[in-house]
Amino acid sequence: MTTTESSRSRSEVGQVLLEAKNLKKYFPVTKGLLISKVTGHIKAVDDISFQLRAGETLGVVGESGCGKSTTAKMMLMLETPTEGSILFEGQDVHHSSAAVRKSYRSSVQAVFQDPWSSLNPRMRVKDIIAEPMVINWNISHAEQQERVMKLLNDVGLNEYHSNLFPHEFSGGQRQRLAIARALALNPRVIVLDEPVSALDVSIRAQIMNLLKDLQAEYNVAYMLIAHDLATVRYMCDWVAVMYLGEIVELSPVHEMYTNPSHPYTKALMSAALPSHPDMEQEEIILQGEVPSPLNPPSGCYFHPRCPAAMDRCAVDKPGRTELAPGHSLTCHLF
Amino acid sequence: MAADLSGIIIAPPTTMARAAGAYRKFRRWPVIPLFLLGLVVFAGLFAPLISPHNPEKGELKDRNIPPAWLGGETALKLVVERLSINDRGSQVTLRDALVINPNAKVGDQLVIVTKPAGSTKFLLGTDHLGRDVLSRIIYGARISLIVSIVTLGVGGSIGVVLGLAAGYYGGWVDETLMRLVDIKLAIPLILIALVLVITLGQSLAIIVTVLCLFIWPRFARQVRGEVLQLKNMDYVSLAKVSGASTARILFIHIFPGTINTLIVVATLQVGIVILLESTLSFLGAGVPPPTPAWGSMVADGRDKLAGGVWWISTFPGLAIMLTVVSLNLFGDWLRDKLDPRLRQME
Repeated sequence: MTTTESSRSRSEVGQVLLEAKNLKKYFPVTKGLLISKVTGHIKAVDDISFQLRAGETLGVVGESGCGKSTTAKMMLMLETPTEGSILFEGQDVHHSSAAVRKSYRSSVQAVFQDPWSSLNPRMRVKDIIAEPMVINWNISHAEQQERVMKLLNDVGLNEYHSNLFPHEFSGGQRQRLAIARALALNPRVIVLDEPVSALDVSIRAQIMNLLKDLQAEYNVAYMLIAHDLATVRYMCDWVAVMYLGEIVELSPVHEMYTNPSHPYTKALMSAALPSHPDMEQEEIILQGEVPSPLNPPSGCYFHPRCPAAMDRCAVDKPGRTELAPGHSLTCHLF
Repeated sequence: MAADLSGIIIAPPTTMARAAGAYRKFRRWPVIPLFLLGLVVFAGLFAPLISPHNPEKGELKDRNIPPAWLGGETALKLVVERLSINDRGSQVTLRDALVINPNAKVGDQLVIVTKPAGSTKFLLGTDHLGRDVLSRIIYGARISLIVSIVTLGVGGSIGVVLGLAAGYYGGWVDETLMRLVDIKLAIPLILIALVLVITLGQSLAIIVTVLCLFIWPRFARQVRGEVLQLKNMDYVSLAKVSGASTARILFIHIFPGTINTLIVVATLQVGIVILLESTLSFLGAGVPPPTPAWGSMVADGRDKLAGGVWWISTFPGLAIMLTVVSLNLFGDWLRDKLDPRLRQME
């Protein structure tokens, strides 16, 4: 297909493809039965910025409720940011013409966590995978089906699977189908929202390897949302650690795992199981719960739980410091 | 360690198991309901060809004849002792009744038949106006079919579209539509129907309109509930991510998920529609009188049940019941067939 090949040549690996600038998403909290009044805002995502480079993977980790999924939804245009912008090849996608939005939509696809709800149970596999093409590409039915077969082969399934319904597949196979559908339009970016969390441990590695192989083949950038640090380490080139709607630390993956600097990142890393059972590691146990995003603490959002908190942390909100090129964090210690 | 299986005997299927097997076979292809529904549809379509009598005209002398298999009852024999002559001929006075027999003479024996015997001329008997019950049931099927199909088609479609909109868009659209549904619950349908009939005249179109007004909220509410659940499915989000239009999402991704419930609702509604139509007919706000409708036939025979003339009400009542039960069984079966997750199971 000529359209897809030309799109391939447009971007080199490592070039900035997508950029989030000061992205915010506040959900209003209302009170009152008849006349509802906004009493506050849940700051699901509070002023985050990151870059996504062509052909690379950015991992986003954090506890549940830290805003990972809301970020993903804004990337997918399922939510509109309260403030800030997402620039795709320099164009602000949320504030631009319908044509730009349409081309963005076909360039950014997604794979979700739950393979049981991400495939329409009433459609056959071939129709599920072909749907993005039916909507976005003006090609014949035969060409669509030809591509469906290629995609099925690429994700490790067989051509005869195309006539089956989703319920006839296992969780791992369903996730492969979801990946095939996400690849149908030859996208530049795929948002992977916990793509392996719902799968058996035995299947996870297969799917992760498949995703890596497909990344090389299709030259697609991934934004991987996960809470499993091992998955992130294996898959990603860049890691962003989120806490209460903010990115507290952002760095290349190697740096993050060898030299975690933010106290929260350190605690997070120490909570992960070591790769060998005999390995001794310092364990940092955080006190308390994640505060409510409706009423975040003053100063640094992390200070009530931070083992290294100083007086200043309760008053001043730390700015972003660059430790090394590409490695930035928000903490008064640096 | 391998288990010793030599002592295990495979038991022949028990009666229960065989009954369950027969039931599954029945569920796989519901013969009886389909046959009965086929009969109703056939009767409705070919009523003029198969009905033995004119359903709207009958001889008064043939009134209240019981079904063919019932015999007549006690013939009362009386001897005429005295005659009073008037200009219409000889009169025999029997307590309250007056029997006019111009040729009666003193000494004659009068045979008073308290109940006529059934005849094969009227298989299911005749009503109080001498009209053939069977013919009226056959024509009644036609009315029931027309009323339920048109009502479900129009009212159901309105309900589905409004339910989809309410569930998907939420907000003020949902608020407005659901308050309309609440308003409908507070409106006495029968009163509205009577007012409409008085002002606009009695006709099938008005019945259907009233019934549509009555049933759309049920569909709307049901569909809305389903949509609320379905619109949060990941495949709907993924369709949006792929750039699908709202119409595509609603009719390709969400609407098919509501079909199962719709079928069940629709089959139950057919029964309700038929019953409502009969209620309206009974009150004189239904299908105009000489036209036979099952509901009005039940109403016609209602006050004669006490006098032992049970067939006028019973047969149309039976027709309603069998039709509704068949529809329910058929709807169940259809739902199982339409759900691909159940299709594999036996």
